[in-house]
Formats: sequence, structure tokens, C-alpha cells
Amino acid sequence: MSGASPVTVLPTGTANLASVHAALRRLGAEPRAPAAPAEVRDAERLVLPGVGTFAAAMERLAERGWAEPLRARLAAGRPTLAVCLGLQLLAEGSEESPGVAGLAVVPGTATRFDADLPVPHLGWNRIEPEPECRLLEGAHVYFAHSFRLTTAPPGWRAAWCDYGGRFVAALERGALLACQFHPELSSAAGLALLDRWLRAAGGASC
Amino acid sequence: MLTVRIIPCLDVRDGRVVKGVRFQGLRDAGDPVERAAEYERQGADELTLLDVSATPEGRSAALDTVRGVRARLALPLTVGGGVRSEADAAALLEAGADKVGVNTAAVEDPALLARLARRFGAQCTVLALDAAARPEGGWEVVVLSGRKRTGRDAVAWAREAVARGAGEILLTSWDRDGSRAGYDLDLLRAVAAVVRVPLVASGGADGPAHMVEAVRAGAGAVLAASIFHTGETTVADVKRELRRCGLEVRT
Repeated sequence: MSGASPVTVLPTGTANLASVHAALRRLGAEPRAPAAPAEVRDAERLVLPGVGTFAAAMERLAERGWAEPLRARLAAGRPTLAVCLGLQLLAEGSEESPGVAGLAVVPGTATRFDADLPVPHLGWNRIEPEPECRLLEGAHVYFAHSFRLTTAPPGWRAAWCDYGGRFVAALERGALLACQFHPELSSAAGLALLDRWLRAAGGASC
Repeated sequence: MLTVRIIPCLDVRDGRVVKGVRFQGLRDAGDPVERAAEYERQGADELTLLDVSATPEGRSAALDTVRGVRARLALPLTVGGGVRSEADAAALLEAGADKVGVNTAAVEDPALLARLARRFGAQCTVLALDAAARPEGGWEVVVLSGRKRTGRDAVAWAREAVARGAGEILLTSWDRDGSRAGYDLDLLRAVAAVVRVPLVASGGADGPAHMVEAVRAGAGAVLAASIFHTGETTVADVKRELRRCGLEVRT
């Protein structure tokens, strides 16, 4: 394993960061929390994990002074990985928390799955990346969510998944990667994707 | 389309995997970290770890076990057994669980489910429901590792738990646990008819054919312990059989 390359992981909520940390460590990266808000903007690599509700996560980003530096780094295209709720936070808002503004880096609002399907959408489903995708590949990956985006923003390449209709499974643009699924819980396919992101982000991997 | 999840279950006491029949007569079945890594290699879709220790020392050992398993596992991990409060759940999530199962504490304090769902999300909140058949028909909820029958109707409790915030039900037939007589299909059908959340079938699997039956009865995931621990059935065997029967599995 080459020297551990640091990856800043934003502690966005109360639930588990342990899976994200464990997966990064296995790939030779060293997760750490940001020491100061400026690091959220400037860190070489940043992970925005998503746990809990949309409102709680946005509140925490605001309260810690992370929202603005996060917008700035995304606008600048600095290597960033958003996971699960992390993807939804990039949007303008979510049906989960009406009236709460998201980071609005991409247009659109996350909506809840139709009620005639079991919700949460929980388990392994297949993603199909658009041919232009560089990081995303077709695979079964693990999802655990009730809200999702149904349109891809212009300027991003998308991978799609079907659950009672097509929804955005992931978005990529350069070294920006946002996954509605959990790569850190998606076994070999997920670790391979994380590894490709780390390499695209200029981080040494195994 | 969601694939059927195959979930090996590790019953853990004092840092070791154990397995009994009807939750009793526990035998050693190996090191949890080694077992977990082996099941991921076999193609498991998820793991469940149930802490069956009965002492505070056992409980803190279970946290270490969760940490050890998480360091090696890139799969979802549900942990249950002895979870009494949000603080217990938070400790498990911090150690590396992705979902937390609650059983006895939720029966005693059903509002716990809502508090867990609000704080950690419904996708994180699993109702572990142990159900025993009643002589007169139907099923009742049993708690304290099967030692106490509550008189509460299991199907009605499943419905209430989901309304309160449970995002998944791990449904164990107490009568079938460790029996190898097959899952209780009537119980699965009865619960599947009243809830919309994913249902994990547990208790009684003797092989892939039982798992096919459980899926057809409404389960989105099938859990087993003994048959995987002894090595007589692998996760790959189960997936082969499910695929042969036209069910979709992760490849």
C-alpha cells in the first residue's frame, strides 16, 4: 500500500461514517474530519456522506459554516464524492423537508418514490451508466433511500436505475461524483468505483 | 428491479459466533470477522449480526466485534440484540453498523421506533420480530430471546411498527429457528399482506429450496445461519437455485 493519502470526510450527521472510513482505509486513503471550514473548500479530496434527514444535514452544514465552502469547491470542480443523501443535498430541495433549501449546485428537487412500491428502496439494484461516463460502470449496487432525483442536470453524466420508473443513480462531472447508492457498501463493484474516484481525484490508491 | 438479498446471520456471544436451536443450546461456530469475510467472498448481499450475550461485558465485546467486522466488510451490516435506547443504537452505528434491529425494547416502548427513525432514518430502523405460533391459530410476539410470550398479535404489531417508523422487518419464526423445517410461509404471507417495507425471512432454512419458497411468499430477503456456518450450503449455491427458479439475484 502506498502512503496513506488524506481524504476529508464531512461528519454530516449522527449515523454511521464507519463504513465510509473503512472502505477508504482499505483503498489506502486516510479519512479525516476538516479542521476548519476553509478545508471544506480547499481539501484535495472531500467526501460528503449522507445520513439522516435532508433538513438535519443542511442545518448541520450551515451551523458548521460548511455550506458556502462546499458550494465553492463544487463550483470549482474540486474532487468531491457525495453519497446517498449527499447527492440530494446538491439539489435545490427535497420533498422530505419542504421549505429547506439545498446547496442548489444542480437544478431539481428530490421526490419520494411512489407509494405503491415498498419504500425505502432498500437493497441491490442495477445501474446503467450513460456511455460518456468515465467513473461509473454497470453493476449491482446497494441502495437505501426513500427520495431521489428523476432528471439529470445539464453538464453532468448520469447513471440510471429503475424502481417503478427511472431515477438518477449517480452523477459525475470530472472528479465530482455523486452516488444515490452506497459505494462503500457495494462490495467489489463499490470499492472499484471508489478506487477509480480516488485515482481521478489524484489520490494514491493501493 | 431489486434483487433478492441473501443474508448470512452471525449470532455472536463474547466475540464468537454461536448457533443454537430455538435460541438455546449455543455451539461455537467460529470467528465473526473471518466468517463475515468468507460470506462476502461467497456473494452475500448483506450480513446480520445478533448479539446474544447476556452480560454488560458481552455487550461491550459486541461493539468490538462490530468494529472488527466493519473494517473487513464492504456490505451492509445490520446489528441487533439488546438494543434498548437511541444511545445503544448510536454506539452500534458509530462502531460500523448500517442498520439497527430492535425487538424487546420496541415492544415495551413502541415510541422508540419513531425516535430511532427520526434520528437515524427509517432505512436504519429495523424491527426484529420474533413470532411464535399460537395453538388456536395466528402468531404472538415473543421477546427476551424467546423466553417471554407477550400475547401481542404478531401481524398487528408488524403493522403498528411500520406506522411508527420501522423501515424493514426481520421476521423470525421462533418455532422454526434452527429447526431446518423451512421458513414459516403462512407467517410471511400474513405479514407481507399488511406492510409495504422490505421483509427479511428468518428461522428454519435448510437449503436453497426453502429460500425460493420464502421469496414467493413475500420476502425480499432471506436470512440463514446454521446452513452457512456448517458449510453445507454456500451463498453461491443459494443464488444459483434462485436464478434457476427465475428470481433475480446480484451477480
